Amino acid sequence: MELLLPELVFAHVKVNTADEVLHFLANKLQVNGKVKNTFENAVMQRERIHPTGLPSGKIAVAIPHTDVQYVNEAAIAFATLDHPVPFHNMAETKKILDVQIVVMLALKDPHSQVKMLQKLMTLFQNQKLLSDLQKLNDSQELYQIISKHI
Amino acid sequence: MKKILVACGAGVVTSTTAMNKLQEELNNRGISTDEYSLGQSSVAQIESLAPEYDLVITTTQYDNDAVKIPVINGLPLLTNIGIDNVIDEVVDKLGL
Repeated sequence: MELLLPELVFAHVKVNTADEVLHFLANKLQVNGKVKNTFENAVMQRERIHPTGLPSGKIAVAIPHTDVQYVNEAAIAFATLDHPVPFHNMAETKKILDVQIVVMLALKDPHSQVKMLQKLMTLFQNQKLLSDLQKLNDSQELYQIISKHI
Repeated sequence: MKKILVACGAGVVTSTTAMNKLQEELNNRGISTDEYSLGQSSVAQIESLAPEYDLVITTTQYDNDAVKIPVINGLPLLTNIGIDNVIDEVVDKLGL
């Protein structure tokens, strides 16, 4: 099953806050039938309690997600941001990270999707590649490159 | 048999990733799954589950004085930054 779809990859999304990008991506997942209409609120609430900013290096990423019950069909929504927005650090909640890439995970059964999760983590460790992705303005082109890696 | 609990916010996504990585890294050091077992939970469940375990690894922030077993920050299992130190600590704390 394909988790990454071209219609859920977005280059240089213009947002000013974490909430705005959460809303943007959750809405896209919902419009594409991947998640229930309760997903967005659940992701927002969870991000406040258990933030998902990952200090992956110079280019920080966030992986917002929530419980499987809000998901219809597994998918991921991938966005590079026009300019960084603050997310809280997963491991040190008080710390702020300037996040440039947001990958919203809508998973049904993470144990069966662990290979994809590992590939995603490997991708986040490749700062050179993230920097190249960050430069792309075209969502299709961005999709082409990411799909080779996850 | 040492028991390790891997926990994250909901006990689903990042704990799965961290568990998988932990197993791979321990295996690289010649420590097989015969020597330890893994459990997974949300951080909210740690306190009640801790008595059954020897060590907890969390990917989220976790401070709780009621938990008497060692708690290790497992974020490096996701980011790979400083992962050797985490594995050293696991091996050291459990005497593997």
